[in-house]
Amino acid sequence: MKTIKIALVGQPNVGKSHLINAFGHTRLKVGNFSGVTVEKKTIRFTRDKYNFEVTDLPGSYSLTDYTIEERVTKNFLDDGDYDLILNVVDSTNIERNLYLTMELLALDKKVVVALNMQDEAFNEGVIIDDKQLSKLLGIRCVPTSALKKTGIDGLMDAITQTFDTAKKTCHLQYSDPYEEEIVKITSFFTEKNYQTDIDLKTLAIKLLREDTQIYKKFRDEAIWTELQPLLNESYEHLYIHYKTKDLDGIYHDEKNALAKGAVKESVKFDHAKETGLTDKIDMVLTNQYAGLPIFLFLMWGLFQITFEWGSIPMDWIDAFFGAMIDGTKSFLGDTELASVIADGAIAGVGAVILFLPNIIILFTGIALLEATGYMSRAAFLLDGFFHRFGLHGKSFVPLVSGFGCSVPAYMAARVLKNDRDRLLTLYITGFMSCGAKLPVYVLIIGAFAAPEHAGNILFGVYIFGAFLGLVAAKALKMTAFRGDDEPFVMEMPKYRLPTFGMVYHAVSQKALMYLKKAGTFILAASVLIWFASNYPKYPEMVAEFETKIEQVSGDEEKVRALNNELSLYNLENSYLGQVGHASQPFFEPLGFDWRMAVALETGLAAKEVVVATMGVLYGLGDEEDEESSSLAEKLRANVTLPSAIAFIIFAMIYFPCLAASMVFRREAGGWKHWIYLFIFTTAAAWVLAFIAFTIASALFS
Amino acid sequence: MTLNSLQKGKSATITTITAEKELKNRFNSFGVVKGATVHVEQYTLAKQTMEIRINKTRMALRVSEAEKVEISQ
Ligand SMILES: Nc1nc2c(ncn2[C@@H]2O[C@H](COP(=O)(O)OP(=O)(O)OP(=O)(O)O)[C@@H](O)[C@H]2O)c(=O)[nH]1
Repeated sequence: MKTIKIALVGQPNVGKSHLINAFGHTRLKVGNFSGVTVEKKTIRFTRDKYNFEVTDLPGSYSLTDYTIEERVTKNFLDDGDYDLILNVVDSTNIERNLYLTMELLALDKKVVVALNMQDEAFNEGVIIDDKQLSKLLGIRCVPTSALKKTGIDGLMDAITQTFDTAKKTCHLQYSDPYEEEIVKITSFFTEKNYQTDIDLKTLAIKLLREDTQIYKKFRDEAIWTELQPLLNESYEHLYIHYKTKDLDGIYHDEKNALAKGAVKESVKFDHAKETGLTDKIDMVLTNQYAGLPIFLFLMWGLFQITFEWGSIPMDWIDAFFGAMIDGTKSFLGDTELASVIADGAIAGVGAVILFLPNIIILFTGIALLEATGYMSRAAFLLDGFFHRFGLHGKSFVPLVSGFGCSVPAYMAARVLKNDRDRLLTLYITGFMSCGAKLPVYVLIIGAFAAPEHAGNILFGVYIFGAFLGLVAAKALKMTAFRGDDEPFVMEMPKYRLPTFGMVYHAVSQKALMYLKKAGTFILAASVLIWFASNYPKYPEMVAEFETKIEQVSGDEEKVRALNNELSLYNLENSYLGQVGHASQPFFEPLGFDWRMAVALETGLAAKEVVVATMGVLYGLGDEEDEESSSLAEKLRANVTLPSAIAFIIFAMIYFPCLAASMVFRREAGGWKHWIYLFIFTTAAAWVLAFIAFTIASALFS
Repeated sequence: MTLNSLQKGKSATITTITAEKELKNRFNSFGVVKGATVHVEQYTLAKQTMEIRINKTRMALRVSEAEKVEISQ
C-alpha cells in the first residue's frame, strides 16, 4: 500500500483542523483565533487503499519567517519530508488566500487546493468556478466544506490522482518584465548544463528575491562568478522598471497581481447576498464608547465564574484528598512511609489538582472568546493602554487570570503569538497577586491595621501589585526586552458560532497537559520538600517531649503547647529550618527574623503554606488560618510594623509557587527563564521590600 | 495623506507603503498593498488603534503603523 505524505498548509482560520476531522477518525484542537495550532501535528489514516500521513502546519499568512508559526511552516515546506501540499483556502476570502497559494506554487511541489467554507461562500454570494481556477493555476482545486463534510471524497480523489501523476512544471505566468529576467536566468543555467533537482524557474525566482539560503548555496559554487554579474544586471532592470529596490516587494507585487488576475477570471461576487452580520455585531462590541465597558463586564463575569463556581468542586477535591491522606495514614499506621505518601506525595499532588476546576472553567471561557472571534476585538480595544507599558493588547488574558491563579495565567499567555510579547507578559504575570496570597495579606493586615481600614488596604495591595507589574513591564521592555515593537497588525476574524468540539478539544488539551505535570514533576518535588521539612529526626527530643506530655497527661492545653513546641523544634532544626537560619542574613536588612524567612521559603511550595508555617513557628500549632486572632496577637508582639509592610511587599512579588513556576518554565521555554525569573523576582522583591522597610522605619520610629 | 488621518467610515486607495520590511510583509499578506481600497471601520476612544477593512479582510492596527501607509482619496 502506498503512503502519501501531505503537508497541510493554509492561512489561519481557514478550517484545516476541521478538514482533518472530516476525513479521518482523528481529532485536533480547533479554534477561531488567528493561528491556534502552534505545534506540528501529524495525523495518520487509511482510505481508498492509500495510507495518508498528514502534517498539520501552523496557519501562516505567507511564507515569511517573522513569527514562530511562519518559521515552522516555512522550514517544513523547504526541508520537510512530504509528497504533496494540500493548501486549504477560505473561499469567502479567496483573493487574500490565493496570495499564499501563489507562493506555494512557486515552491515546485505537487499542490492540491481545497476551496473550503463552500457553504459560507454560497451564503455570502461568492461563486467560484473551480474548473476555471484549476485550469488557471494548473493544479486541482476542489470545493469543500469541512463543517458540512461535503466535497471530501472529491478532494481525496484529487489528492491521489495528483500523487500518481508526474509533477507538472509550474506554469504561472508573471508579468512580462519579470518573466524576461526569469528566462534570462533559466536559459543561463540550461546553457551551462547546470545540474540541480530544483526546478529552474523556482530557482530563478528565489535568486530574484535574494533568498538568503539560495545565495549561501551558490556562493560556494564555481558557477557563481558568472552568475553574479548576470543577476546584478537583472536587478538593475527590475529596479528601473518597478521604481524600487525592494526585490522582495517586487516579487510580492507580482504574486498578488497573479492572485488578483485569477480571482477576476474565476470568481463571481453576488453583492446582494452579503450579510454584514459581523459588521452589525462589531458596531456594538468594538464601539468607541460601549466596547470597553462591555469587555470589562465580560471579563468580570468570567473571573467571577472561574473563582466562584470553581470553589465548589475545589472544596470537594480538597475534602477528597484530605480523606485520602487520613485514609493512608490510618491504613499504613503512623510510619514514615505513611507520612511521605500522605503528607508528601498526596498532599503535594492534591494541592495541584485543586486548581483543575479553575483551569477548566477559565479555559472554557477563553476558548469561547477565541472561537467566537471576540478575543481579537478585545485585544483591539485594549492595545492602546497596554502598549504604553510595552505590552500587547492580548496580554490582558494572562494578566487578569493572574489575579486568580498564576498556573492558568501562564498557560493563557499562549494567546500571544509573538515570542517577545509572550515572554514579557509571562515575566510580569506574577505581579498580579494570586488567590493564594490573599490569606497572607489578610493575616498581616488584620494584625496591624484597624478593622475599618483593612478592606481598603487589601484592595490597595492588589492595585499596587498590578501597578508594579506594569512598571516592571515598562522597565523590562526598556532593558532586557529592548527592541523595536513587533507589528500589531492583526486579523479580526468573522464572528462564528463555536462548536462544542472546538471548545472541548481546546480545554481538554490544557487540562491534560496540566495534570501530566502534577503527576510527574510536582510529585517528585513535593516529596523533596516533605523530606526537607521532616528531616533530620531528633529522637532524643521526641522522647523528651513524650515524657513531658505523659507528665501533664490530661491537661489538654499543656499537651497542645508541648506538641507545638516539638513541631517548632523539629521544623527549626529540619533542613528547611536550617536553610531558614542560613538565609537569615539575606532577610536581615528587611527586618525579617528566621521564622519569617522560613515561612517565605515554604511559600515556594505553595503560597497557602505561608500562613500555616507562621502558625507553627509563632507557636500556635499548624491548625492556623488567617482568621485566628491569637496568631495576629503573636505577630503584633513579635514583628514590627515596618517589617510587616516589607513582608507583604516581599510576598507580593517573590517567586511563584512550585506548580506555577514549573508551568512558567514550560511556557517560557526552558530552565534558563526559570532561573531568570527567580533572580528577577527575588531581586525586585528584595529591593522593594527594603525600600518599604527603610521608609516605614523612618516614618514610624 | 496617510491612512491614520482617514476618517471613520471613509474609503481610500493605497498609493505607497513606507513601512520597514517586517511590517511591510505583514501588510502584504493581509492585502494591504498598493492599489487596494481601504475602508476605515473604527477607531478606539484613545485613537491609538484602528480597525480597517480591505476586501473581505478586517484587521486591527496601531495608528503608528497606519502612518506608514500613504493613501489618496
Ligand atoms: N461555515 C463553515 N465554517 C467552517 C468550515 N471549516 C471550518 N469552519 C469554521 O472555521 C473556524 C476555524 O476552523 P479551524 O479548523 O480551527 O481552522 P484552522 O485552519 O485549523 O485554524 P488554525 O488554528 O489557524 O490552524 C471554526 O469556527 C470552524 O467552525 C466550513 O467548511 N464551513
